[in-house]
Order: sequence, then structure tokens, then C-alpha cells
Amino acid sequence: MSDEVSVEEVADAMYKQIADAQGLKKLKPGDVTKMMRELYGDRVDKKLCKLAIRILIESERCVYTYFGGSYIELPPKEGEEK
Amino acid sequence: MAELPATPLLDDLEKGPWPSFVTEIKNAALHKDSCKDLLGQLERSYREKIGHWKHGGIVGVLGYGGGVIGRYSDLPKEFPGIAHFHTLRINQPSGWFYTSKALRDICDLWEEHGSGLTNMHGSTGDIILLGTTTDELEPTFKALTDVGFDIGGSGSDVRTPSCCVGPARCEWACYDTLKVCYQLTMDYQDEIHRPMFPYKFKFKMSGCPNDCVASIARSDMSIIGTWRDDIQQDDAAVKEYADKGLNIQRDVVGNCPGQCMEWDGEKLTIDNDLCRRCMHCINAMPKALAPGKDRGATILLGSKAPIVEGALLSSVLIPFLKIDNEEDFKDLQALVEEIWEVWGEEGKNRERVGEFIQRVGMANFLEAIGLEPVAEMVAHPRENPYVFYNQGDDEEEDK
Repeated sequence: MSDEVSVEEVADAMYKQIADAQGLKKLKPGDVTKMMRELYGDRVDKKLCKLAIRILIESERCVYTYFGGSYIELPPKEGEEK
Repeated sequence: MAELPATPLLDDLEKGPWPSFVTEIKNAALHKDSCKDLLGQLERSYREKIGHWKHGGIVGVLGYGGGVIGRYSDLPKEFPGIAHFHTLRINQPSGWFYTSKALRDICDLWEEHGSGLTNMHGSTGDIILLGTTTDELEPTFKALTDVGFDIGGSGSDVRTPSCCVGPARCEWACYDTLKVCYQLTMDYQDEIHRPMFPYKFKFKMSGCPNDCVASIARSDMSIIGTWRDDIQQDDAAVKEYADKGLNIQRDVVGNCPGQCMEWDGEKLTIDNDLCRRCMHCINAMPKALAPGKDRGATILLGSKAPIVEGALLSSVLIPFLKIDNEEDFKDLQALVEEIWEVWGEEGKNRERVGEFIQRVGMANFLEAIGLEPVAEMVAHPRENPYVFYNQGDDEEEDK
């Protein structure tokens, strides 16, 4: 069994963390990277986490937002105030 | 012709001999409703002494987390033309060299997709395109990339690096600022477009200590050209300045912060060991004096303008670094990435690297990035707060 974590798996785990925090806490890219390192330990590194974030953004599952600093959040739902 | 709103307060800003942004907005308002509403809202803000802009939120182009600043009117019903009035920051060319065609291309596409109003340039150095709607962001981005431009940085990312004109026009450039600016921009595309830091990080490159891009005050990492040998001196040219009426004793020697010069009425003598590389004498007698031949750059870290906390100036991290070739540049990048690693890991939300250093202490910071403290790590000329003593060192020396 391989110890490697795929970038897609990390992206899914990140998405879950971001979704769970939505409306409660704004997460920065560094926050989700730290969460992944807590979750997967040495099996993930910053480079992999950067790629996972890129997948989330480019697939439009998440968006960057700016409220004084930059955050990653779920896209707003139709009709929701931005 | 479109009827413009009455703007008695703004009209005051058209008086006098200088160019007026009000006049420019009025010109644009003749064919853009958004600019007409902009005049109306601005006049109202001046009257009420209240800003009516909201900014931030969710706007951008696909894949990018920076470069678009969401801006909204809080009076959208009264000023529908500026309900959305987003700003785009466009990565300027190194040293702000343009062809007239490039400028026309930018203006043409902005007339088509936005308000037509620009700010050349913003304080970070970018081309600022002022005012468009969310729907026009992607078409604007495509039009920009079609003419060879890209969006710059904003938010918690690497801001668009900027530099002085450097060796392209200035004989005092101690390194190729344009090359370093371009190289950093290209190598850190990911960091410019995808926010990943606790807060913003700015690079500014100045070719000499005149620091024409004010990097020492306005960038997290200031890369300022310097030299480590003697000032180049042409005695005949110095004498010529004196003969033409320059008061060398008063205006050059008397203003030297290092007091490293003597003028006997015939010859200028410089004690280069005491020179602080301030450039004053070189600026005063450019045909007679010049920076030395062994040129490189000083790397400084930590300046910022007052936003969350007060203003800071950069202080010296690497006293002298050659940046002439690929290997030298790799050394610089290794340092940058080490700093990002430590600050990214331990920095608080919205904490600039200079504030981070103040919080953790320079000694801890240097240890974390693996840099040995040296005497030249100065905060100000002749002031070194980074001399570290370990308890017991004195006793060791006494033995």
C-alpha cells in the first residue's frame, strides 16, 4: 500500500475543511495548508498543497476572496449577496 | 452631448495651471455614463465628507486571486453606472518603458471594456485601470493578454515587482534592475497570482542608493544598488565644478553625512572607508564623481507604509550581493524563499514581514532563515541593533 497522497485527495480534503468553515471562519491558503499537514503529516508538503489549491480554484469549486486579506471560500450561491 | 451633474466643489479642483483629474473625468463622462455617475458620487462625497465606496469581496478572473480589486458604490440606485466599478492592476513593464502602440492598445481596450479612466501608475507601480463591471472582467483580461499584458498582484500575494530605469538610462545603476525585476516577475508568477502569504509582499529594485523607486520605504524587500570599492573620481572635472562656481566646501563636503571628504581649494580627498554611499557628492558633481566599479546590491528587508501598523523602513539584511549572473540570482532567490517559508509558517494574519521580525526579534528571525548576523546589518547608518551576545560570551573572552 502506498503512503502517497494524491493531489486530488488533498484538494477534496481541503474542500471539506473550507466548506465546514464557511460562514464561521475565513480560511487563508496558509491555514488550509497547515490543516493538511496536520491531517496527512509528512505525506504532504507545501508544493502539493499549492497544487491542490490551484485545482480547487481552477475548477471553480472555491474562489479567492478579499476582506482585508486574501481568503479561500466556496463560491456564492445564486442570488446570494457577494 | 451628455449633461454632466453640477459639481461646484469638484470644479474648484480644475483651477490653477496643473492638470486636473476632474477635467479628465468630465471629458470621459461625455461618452461614458459610468464617469458621469462617478462625478456625481464624488461631488456628493466631498459635500457630505463621507466616502461612498465599498471594496473587496469576490471578484477576479478565473484562476487568479489577485489583480482585481472589487469596488462597489454604496449608492447603487442613485449612481447605477458605478454600482460595480472594479479596479484592475496591470503588470507594468520593468522600468515603465512602453511603446506608444502598447499605450494605445491599453487605452483602446479599456475604452471598450471599462470606464477609460487610468492611473499611470499606482503606488505599487502597476498600470491602474479604474472602473469596470464584473461581467467585463474576463473579456478585459483576454484583451489584455492578447496585447501582451498580464494582471498584477493584489491581496496577500507578491505584489507586482517594480524597479527604476536602471542601466537602460542611468550610468549610476550598480546592477541590472530591469533584469532582476523581470526575472522575479517571471519566476514568481504563482506567488503573484495566487495569494498564499499572511499578507502582501513587495519587491522594489533601485539601481543605486538614490533609490528612485523609494524601495527602502515602500517594499518588504528592497534591493538597492551599491559599490564596495572607492568612488570614481576625476580631479580635473572636480576643479572645473569649482571654477564654475560650485561651493564644494559648503555644498558637497559640508553636506557629507560621513564627513569623509576634504577640499583644499584644489583637490578633493575622499576617505572611502568612511563613505556611507549616500550619493550626495555624486549627485552634486555627476561629471566628476561616480559609484565605484565593484558594484552589486544591498538587500534590505521589512519596510511598509502605515496601514495595519505604523510605517517601517527596511534594514540591511545582506550588505553586499553580486547579482550579475544566474548563480548570483539563485542565491537571492534562495534567501527570498527561506524568508517566505518562515514568515508563511509563523506570520499572523495581515502581518507584514517587517512587523513579523519586530514581533519575533531579529536574532530569532536570522536564526530561522539561517543567516549569520554581521556588523553591517544596520537599521540606520552607523547604527547596528543586531549585535547579539550570548550569556557567558564575555567570560569566555576574559579567559
